[in-house]
Amino acid sequence: MNTLIEKLARLAAGKGRLRLMEVCGTHTVAIFRSGIRQVLPANVELVSGPGCPVCVTCDDYIDKAIAYARRDFIIATFGDMLKVPGSRSSLAEAQAAGADVRIVYSPLDALQIAEDNPRRSIIFLAVGFETTAPTQAATVLAARARGIKNLFMLSAQKLVPPALRFLLGDATAKVDGFLLPGHVAVVTGADAFNFLATEFNMPCAVGGFATEEILIALTSILEQIDNGRAEVANDYRTVVTAEGNVAAQKILSQVYTVTDAEWRGMGTIPASGLKMRDEFAAFDIEQVEPLPPCPLSLVPSPLKKACRCGEVLRGLVKPIDCPLFGKACQPLHAVGACMVSVEGVCAAWFKYGGQHFEW
Amino acid sequence: MSDKILMAHGAGGKLSAQLLHEIILPAFDNAILHELHDGAKIGKLAMTTDSYVVRPIFFRGGDIGKLAVCGTVNDLSVTGAIPKWLSVGVILEEGFDFDALKKIVASMAAVAHEAGVQIVTGDTKVVGRGQADGIFINTAGVGELIDGVDISAKKICAGMKVLVSGTLGDHATAILAGRHGLELPESVKSDCAPLNGLIREMLAVEPKIAMLRDATRGGLAAVLNEIATAASVGILLDEEKIPVRREVRGVCDILGFDVLELANEGKIVAVVPSDSCEKILAVMHENIYGKDAALIGEVVATSAGKVGLRTSIGGVRIVDMPAGELVPRIC
Repeated sequence: MNTLIEKLARLAAGKGRLRLMEVCGTHTVAIFRSGIRQVLPANVELVSGPGCPVCVTCDDYIDKAIAYARRDFIIATFGDMLKVPGSRSSLAEAQAAGADVRIVYSPLDALQIAEDNPRRSIIFLAVGFETTAPTQAATVLAARARGIKNLFMLSAQKLVPPALRFLLGDATAKVDGFLLPGHVAVVTGADAFNFLATEFNMPCAVGGFATEEILIALTSILEQIDNGRAEVANDYRTVVTAEGNVAAQKILSQVYTVTDAEWRGMGTIPASGLKMRDEFAAFDIEQVEPLPPCPLSLVPSPLKKACRCGEVLRGLVKPIDCPLFGKACQPLHAVGACMVSVEGVCAAWFKYGGQHFEW
Repeated sequence: MSDKILMAHGAGGKLSAQLLHEIILPAFDNAILHELHDGAKIGKLAMTTDSYVVRPIFFRGGDIGKLAVCGTVNDLSVTGAIPKWLSVGVILEEGFDFDALKKIVASMAAVAHEAGVQIVTGDTKVVGRGQADGIFINTAGVGELIDGVDISAKKICAGMKVLVSGTLGDHATAILAGRHGLELPESVKSDCAPLNGLIREMLAVEPKIAMLRDATRGGLAAVLNEIATAASVGILLDEEKIPVRREVRGVCDILGFDVLELANEGKIVAVVPSDSCEKILAVMHENIYGKDAALIGEVVATSAGKVGLRTSIGGVRIVDMPAGELVPRIC
């Protein structure tokens, strides 16, 4: 690995400041955990992107989940959604107040809960990117096949490539290259990111998550910058192909259709989300039991207005540039979603990057 | 801040500490309690108590009964005592299976025998269906402090070495696997074990061991942060030397867990004088519960109150106190 570190130094030497964006939250955490930031050349800066599904989920979605939880539904969710603050409260607080919120590791667990509790209605909080959406689609298909009528989805799945297109269209996002999300690319295929190179002339590499794999991908990006090239290098060939997981893509399009979606801090991004096709409307809780319009009590707290998660997610500011970071906003009492998820940019900065160990 | 108890208040992280310092300590404060070690030292005796609510109650490598005895035996041992007598309080839910209870009690008896402790008093309560989850167990224990041993954060100084008695994260991973039907290799099982024998052998070769802790809730990260804060020292770990099973690391990668934060039920962390480090490790390696023991780091005079980790590529990052619940009802 030392050879890679030396190569990075050689490639970066003599160049101005280079800002590379790691899109995926898993990368953000892996980079911090491995200590890569400390061995990078001084002029290479890593900025984190919008690749943490919990972080890009809007307050409005959390508010809805809480509202359903209070209506005696069983809410089944991935654990890191629990503490995400909505406008005024979180699912963890709803749970402490008596709501039935259960942590699952797969949407298929929610299917099991539905079968075990035939008299209750279960809502699975379907958030995530291309990585988790296929299992959610498969769960809906399985529920239909088994005739399960008490399992519903509250959907807010998002697509990564359109978000990157949006970021590059935003003149304020100054990025010199992308470390592309390996897990997403397993499903979409590396080719789904080709537009970054062809339309935006952006050097990119799909990378794995082990320390060495990340260093290899970063080297690829710097090599392209060095040669004045732009392409999508696939440095995660053990699992990522050009066309991706076709079976997963098929299941996805069987259940979902592409729609505009609202991202925290970025607003509505065209064709960046998934919604259930009409034939699956019976599994869409918002169609089966719509909530009344948002009550006035859900006006965001003043602290939330100062939160800069939106800019953090676009790579415009670092977490430490937010006035709330580490003070009003900490993992224990998070104001913004980026401080909540284990893979949230702010949480990673707080946990690994906010302090230094001298010895 | 919520005005209700959250699951994270019981997770051994920052919220647990807050609960302790804001509500429990001000009410009960006294010199013995103030030490905040796993067990209290009273004259020549040590005393401790712990409650067990693990789910599922039977898991690979143990069950709630074995856990309840081992936990208290280990808490006494890391206080520098020889565990002697235990009490057992059982809370049963109406409808609980008799055979399961028999199995749990037999498992408690077996591990008490192995540890050389007697269960000398107890209590049983039954609550209505839905008012508990099967079975909860509380154990308390009394042990005799070993002469010449003084386990205390005050004894920790720069240059001392940090040892761990074996692979990390096994218990939490086994519980998760049991709870969610993850199919893991046979080698992944709870490390739940009585460590009094191992600790006694370590203290026999080096009575001046400064600190012993069992790395339960919050894992190595929580224990070392507590030690660093209590002793006002920095602790620098070497990532490559920390023993972790490949399978456990794999589960952590998939679920996004930091293995340093995962609970163990049969692992001790020791802070020992540098010059006796080798001979302590040698006796640990001879014991079945210490065969994978390793030197994982050292105490430094800088960065007081912080724990750092030197990664495989040479960067040093902070190991923070876990903020909250990773895996609820782990013990």
